[in-house]
Amino acid sequence: MTDQTPAGDAGWFAGVEPGDTDAAAAAIREGGTETPADWPARAVEAGFAAHADDYYAELHEATVAATRRAVREAESADDRQVVHAIRAMDDLAATTNELAERVAEWGGTTDDDPGTGVPYARELAARDPETAAEERIVSLAERVVDLAAERDAEREFLERTVPTVAPNLASMAGPILAARLIDLAGGLASLAKMPSGTVQVLGAEDALFAHLRGNAPSPKHGVIYTHEYVRGTHPDERGSAARALAGKLTIGARIDHYAGDYRPEVEADLDERIETIRARHGDETGEDE
Amino acid sequence: MSDDELDLPAGVARRDFGDGPALATRGEPVYGEPTADGWRRWDPHRSKLGATIEKGLDTGLAADASVLYLGAANGTTVSHVADAAGPTYAVEFAPRSARDLLDVAEDRPTLFPLLKDARKPETYAHVVESGVDVLVQDVATRGQARVAVENARFLADDGRLVLAVKARSEDVTADPEDVFADALDDLREAYEVVARERLEPYHDDHLAVVAIPR
Repeated sequence: MTDQTPAGDAGWFAGVEPGDTDAAAAAIREGGTETPADWPARAVEAGFAAHADDYYAELHEATVAATRRAVREAESADDRQVVHAIRAMDDLAATTNELAERVAEWGGTTDDDPGTGVPYARELAARDPETAAEERIVSLAERVVDLAAERDAEREFLERTVPTVAPNLASMAGPILAARLIDLAGGLASLAKMPSGTVQVLGAEDALFAHLRGNAPSPKHGVIYTHEYVRGTHPDERGSAARALAGKLTIGARIDHYAGDYRPEVEADLDERIETIRARHGDETGEDE
Repeated sequence: MSDDELDLPAGVARRDFGDGPALATRGEPVYGEPTADGWRRWDPHRSKLGATIEKGLDTGLAADASVLYLGAANGTTVSHVADAAGPTYAVEFAPRSARDLLDVAEDRPTLFPLLKDARKPETYAHVVESGVDVLVQDVATRGQARVAVENARFLADDGRLVLAVKARSEDVTADPEDVFADALDDLREAYEVVARERLEPYHDDHLAVVAIPR
C-alpha cells in the first residue's frame, strides 16, 4: 500500500494488509489482470512482505482460503437445491396453467373476445377494472402473471445451477432433464449408483410395474423420452436410442458425482452412437409421430 | 529403457517398493500410494507427467523451479511436483476436484491452489508470477493447444512447456495422429516443440509434448 499501482496492473496483494486473510482471499477470487509480473519481488518492494519466503507464506494462506471458499460456495449449489427447484418449477407450471384457464373462463364473461392461457392473463392484468367482478378478474390475472414469472425464474436458476452440480449430465441431457433425473433418482449420488437400465425407465414406473405384473410390454423409456435423441429418432429405433442415451447419462452422472470435471468425450461418444442408430433406419431425423 | 538417476529431475528418484524400481518423490502420501523411507511412489499410470518422465523426456523440473500447473485435478500429480520443485501454482476448474486439491495443498507451503479456468489466464495473472520455469498442462478440454498458447505469458524465456495432449478431448472420431498434428500446429504460434512422445502403454491416445517459447 506504500505506492499506488493502477488497478489494472496490480498484484492480488495491492491494498491488502499482510495477515488479512479475508481481504486477500477476496482479492484472489475477484481480481485479475492481463499480464503477470514478478509478484514476489513487487510485494517485497511494496513492503507487503519482508522477503520472498514471507510472501509465499502469505500467498499460501490466501490461495487456500480463497479456494476453500469458492469450493464451499460451488457445493452449496448442490443437488438438493436442484431437486427443490425442479419440483417448484413443475408445481408452478401446473398451478399457473390451472389458474390461467380459470381466469380465461371468468374473463370470457365480461370480454367479447377472450383469449387463452398466460398471454391472455397478461392482457387482462393490464386492464383497468370497472366493476367489482372485473376487479377480481384483473387481480387474479395479476397472480397468474406473477406465478408464470416465478416459474421462469426457477427455470433460469436451474439452467445456471445444474451445469455446476452435474456438468456432464447437464451438457448431455440439458439442465432441465438432468434436474428431473436427479429428482427421480433421489439425488445425484443415487443416480450415479443406478444401473443404466433403471435410468432408462426412470419416470415410467407405472408402465414398468404393469410390465412386471405380466400384462404389458416393458417400457422403452421414461422421462428421457423428452430428449431429442429419443423423441427425434424413428419409433423403430427409439428403444436403441433410449438405451444408448441412458448408458451415457449414467456414465455422466457417475463422473459428476465421483470426479466432478467435464469430459466432452463422453458426449462425443453419445453423438456418434446416436448417429449410427439413426443411420440404421436410413432417415436421420425420424419424424415424430 | 536404461534410465539411470542422472536422467531424472532433481527430487525425483527410483525407489523399490517391493516390485522393482519405480519413480518416487519425498513427502507425505496423499492418495494411498506405497511409501518407503520417506519416499512415495509416483505411478506413471495415474499421472501423465509421471509417464512423460518415465518416457525419458526432459521436463525441466528442478529443485528450485517455479511451476504453473494447469488442470491440477485432485492434486495427485501436483503433490509430487510441489514436493520435488519450488513454488507451484495449481489451477483447477472443477470444484469437486479442487476440494481434494485443497487437502493436498494444506500441508505443502509452496503449493498454491487456484479454482480458476485455465482458458482465462487474466483471472489469475494477478496471482501467478511471471517467468515460471515450467508450465505443466493436463486439461481435458477442446483446444488444448490454445490453452497452452494463452498461458505462454507466464513462462520464462528459458522455461519449458510440458503438455499432455489428449486426442479424445479434441475429436473422438479422428485419428489421434491427425489430432496431434493439428495441436502441434496450433502450438507453433507461441512455442517451438523440442520433443514429443506417445504415452502408451501408460495412457492411450495421449501425446506428451515438451516445448520452449519462441
